[in-house]
Amino acid sequence: MKGQAISTSTPDRASVGRRRFLTYLLAAPTLTVATRLAAPPATAAAATAPDPAPAPAPAPAVGALPGLPGVPDVVDLGDALILAGLPTAHLLVLEVTAAGRVVLHLPRAEVGQGLTTAVAMLVAEELDARLEDVDVPLSDARPDLLFNQLTGGSNSVRSLYDPVRAVAAAARARLVTAAARRWDLPAGSLRTEDTAVLAPDGRRAGFGSLAVAAAAVTVPAVPATPKPPGQQRLVGTPTGRIDARDIVTGRARYAGDLAVPGAVPTVVARPPTINGGVQSFDASAARGMPGVLAVVPLPGGGGVAVLAETFDQALKARDALQVSWRPGPLADLSDAGIRSRLRAANLPFLVPPLLTLHVDAEFDFAFVSHAPMEVLTAVADVRPDRAELWFSSQSPIVAQQAVAAELGLPQDAVTVHVVRGGGSFGRRLFFDAALEAAQVSRAAGRPVKLMWTRNDDMRHGRMRPAGHHRIRATHALGQVLTYEHRVATVRTDFRHGLGEALTAAGFAVQAGGLSLSQGFFLLTEKNPYQLGVTTQLLAEVPLDMPTGSWRSVYSGTVRVADEIMMDEIARTLGQDPVAFRRARLGSASARAVLDTVAAEGRWGRPMPAGHAQGVGFHEEHRSCAAYLVEIDATDPAQPRVTRAVIAADVGRAVNPRGLEAQLTGALIDGISVILQAGNHIDRGAVREGSFADFRYARQQHSPPVVEVHLMPPSGPPGGAGELGVPAASAAVANAYARATGRSPRSFPITF
Amino acid sequence: MPSHTFVLNGRPVTVDAPDDMPLLWVLRDKLGVTGPKYGCGVGVCRACTSHLDGAEFQPCTVAVKDCAGRRVTTIEGLADGEVLHPVQEAWLECDVAQCGFCQPGQIMTAVALLRRTPAPTDADIDQIQNICRCGTYPRIREAIKRAAAAGPAGR
Repeated sequence: MKGQAISTSTPDRASVGRRRFLTYLLAAPTLTVATRLAAPPATAAAATAPDPAPAPAPAPAVGALPGLPGVPDVVDLGDALILAGLPTAHLLVLEVTAAGRVVLHLPRAEVGQGLTTAVAMLVAEELDARLEDVDVPLSDARPDLLFNQLTGGSNSVRSLYDPVRAVAAAARARLVTAAARRWDLPAGSLRTEDTAVLAPDGRRAGFGSLAVAAAAVTVPAVPATPKPPGQQRLVGTPTGRIDARDIVTGRARYAGDLAVPGAVPTVVARPPTINGGVQSFDASAARGMPGVLAVVPLPGGGGVAVLAETFDQALKARDALQVSWRPGPLADLSDAGIRSRLRAANLPFLVPPLLTLHVDAEFDFAFVSHAPMEVLTAVADVRPDRAELWFSSQSPIVAQQAVAAELGLPQDAVTVHVVRGGGSFGRRLFFDAALEAAQVSRAAGRPVKLMWTRNDDMRHGRMRPAGHHRIRATHALGQVLTYEHRVATVRTDFRHGLGEALTAAGFAVQAGGLSLSQGFFLLTEKNPYQLGVTTQLLAEVPLDMPTGSWRSVYSGTVRVADEIMMDEIARTLGQDPVAFRRARLGSASARAVLDTVAAEGRWGRPMPAGHAQGVGFHEEHRSCAAYLVEIDATDPAQPRVTRAVIAADVGRAVNPRGLEAQLTGALIDGISVILQAGNHIDRGAVREGSFADFRYARQQHSPPVVEVHLMPPSGPPGGAGELGVPAASAAVANAYARATGRSPRSFPITF
Repeated sequence: MPSHTFVLNGRPVTVDAPDDMPLLWVLRDKLGVTGPKYGCGVGVCRACTSHLDGAEFQPCTVAVKDCAGRRVTTIEGLADGEVLHPVQEAWLECDVAQCGFCQPGQIMTAVALLRRTPAPTDADIDQIQNICRCGTYPRIREAIKRAAAAGPAGR
C-alpha cells in the first residue's frame, strides 16, 4: 500500500444504498483513491434498519401457525461481520497506474469462490474500464483493517459491494475531471468507455495517460456516485473468471509453486493419533540420507520436521525417523463413544410426547474433512528481527498476530502475503501450516516451504464436527403446533478472530453463559418455516481434536435434519412435500425458488422403481435456494444422483456464472457428505488417509444433467458461497429416502 | 547421482536425480515445472496428471528413471505458444475452473480421453477419476463434450 497521508481533498459523499462512504485521495504518484465509512452507525439496529433485506413477512398461507422471527431475520452473521468491519479506515484502495491498469487491492482470500472476478466486475462497471484492464491482487495482512480482512460467512460480496463501487466511482470522477482540465471542456460533457475518457468531439484519453494528473484532482467536477443498478451493464452479466487463462495454462501460482529464494522443501512427521506427540526420536539415519538439510522438532512437541533439497527426499527421510509417539488424548475414544457422548449431551425437549400427535426423529452426522485439493502449504522466511510468510489465508491478520507472538516479534515485523488458495471450504480460516513453517524456519535458520501431506491433512487436519440431532414436531388437525430441534456437536473451533469481530460489532456473544459457538449458532440458524412454537438449542461436547467451520457450518447439518423432517412430517400428514413447505414459507422469494425447481424439475413426474425426486430448501445470508434432485437408488448401496435443478435468489448476482458455479459446487458437496464422504475415528485416530477412502464425489457420482435458475435482481447482493450446501444435501437425502422407502438417519449413508 | 534425459514439453532435458525419485518432484523441485500439482502422492487424486508419450499418467507414482528417453508433456506444454489447445479453449468457454488447483490434471486427462475416444459418451466421461473438490464436474463434462464436438483439430 503506497499512500499514507490523506490529502486535503474534500471527501466525496457518495451515498451508496445502505451506507455512506467517504472517498479520498491518497498521496501517490498516480491516482490512488481510498474509501471509508462516512459515519459509524450508532447501533446495530440503526445500521441494519435501512437494509432492504427481507424482514419477517406476515403469514401468507392458511394452515400454518406462524413462528417467532429468528435472530437471523433481524441481524445475521453477515450483518455482524459487516458492522465489525465498518469503522476501518483505508477500507479499500484503488490505483490507476500510468500503464493504464486499474488495481483494486482486495483484503480477502481467493480460494476458488470467484471473488476476484466479481470485484473486478464491480470496478470495471463503475469506471467503464475493460475487465481485462482490472487487476485484483490479494492484500497482505493489514492490521489497520482490524476485523475487515476475514473471509468467511459468505460475506465478501455482501460487505464489499458498496465500498468497491464507491471507490471506483470516486476514481472515475477524478479521471473525468483531469481530462476536462486537459481539454478545457466541461467535465459534464465527457463520458467514459473502455478504460478511457471520451470527449464529444471524439478525442480520447486512456486512463493511464490521466493517472498522474488525476492524482492532483482534489475536488472532482462530476459526481462520484456509483451507477444506479438499472445502468449496470457488466454487473449481472455472466462472465468468465479473470484468472481462467492462468489456470488452464498452469501459470496460476499457489503457495507450493512459489520460488522464494532459499525456501527448502519441508515435511513433518506426525503422530498416528490425533494430537499425539513426540516422546523421543532418533534422527541419525534420516540426517544421513541424500538431500537432507536439517531435522527439527516442532516446539510444541507435535512432530518432527525434515528439510531437504526436494520433497521426495524430505518424505523419505521423514519415513526413516525413529520416533516414539505419545498417544493422543482421545486414544480410548472411537465413533461409538463419541456418539454416546453426543446423545448424552443433547438437551431435553420441552414438549412431552403425551396427549399429542408427534413425529420424532434422530440424526447422526459424521466428521467431514475439508480436504481442499491444495494441501496446507506455507513458505516462511524468519530472520532474527523480522519474518515474511506466503500462504493462502482467510484470516491473515489473526495469523500475523499468532506468528508474531510465537516468534516474539512485534506484529509489524511480520509480513503475511496472501496467496491464492487451492480450495478451502473453511479450512484456511486456520493457519496451522504457517505457524509450523515459522517455527521451523526460525529453528533451522533458513527459509522453508512447509507442506502437509494429504495424509497429514486427513489424519490431523480439521473437520466438520460430528453431531447428533433430535427433533420433535407435534401436530393436530393437519397443523404443526410445535417444532423442537436439539443439536449436540463436538465443539467447533472458532478461534480465528471471529469472536473478536463479533465483540467489536457490539455482540456480547460470550455473555450470559453462551459460548462463542452458541453465539454463532444464534446468528446463523433459523428454521424458515412457520411451525408454531419453534425452539432450537445447541449443546457442545468439547473434545481435544482439530475442528472448524466447514462450508455452511451449522446449517450443513441443522438445516438438513430440518428438511428431512419436513418430508417426514408431510408424509405423516398425508401432504405433498413441496406443497407442505410452500404453505409454511414466510417470504415470496422463498416460495418463488421452491416453485421454480418444482416447475422446472417437473416435481411429481413418474419415476421408475428405485428412482425418486427429492427437494431441499434453505434461506441464509439474505439469500435463498431450492434444489430438486433425481436419484437412481436401484442399488441402495450405490446411489447415483442423475439430475439436479437448482433455483436461487441472492438479491443481485454480480456474476451469475460464478454464482452458478458456487451452487453447483454445493450440489457436489451435498452428494458427497450425504451419500459417501466422511471420516471415522478409531481409537483416537482418523481412519481415512486420502481420497481413496475419504470418498468425495468423482465424475461418476456427479449428475449428468444440472440446471441452474437464478431469480431476477431484487435488491442488494446476499451471500452465496455456502448457501447451496444445506438445500442440496437435504434434497439428496430426501430423494434417497423416497427412492428406497428407507428413512436415513446417519450420514453419510454408505459409510 | 544418476543423470536422466527425457523430452519435456518438446525440449530435451537432463537432470540429476536418484533413480527412484517420482517424476512429480523432479518436475516441481528440480526443474521448476509447477503445473502438475501434488494432491496425494499416491496416484489417487490425479491432480498431477500429465502425458507420457502422449498417454495419461500420474508423475507422483512414476520414477524418473522410467521416463528416460520418453516424451513428458505437462500442462505447460499443451498449448502451442499463445495458441491454446482446443480442450483449454473449451475450458475457458465453459468457465470450468473454480480454485483451479486440479484443473491442469483434469485438462490433461480430458485431452488423453479425447485422443482415445474422440466422441466420448457420458459413461466414458464417468470413468475419469480426477478429484475436483470444488465440484466442477458438470462443467468438465460440458467442456469435454464441447471439445469433442469441435472436432479433432489440434488434438
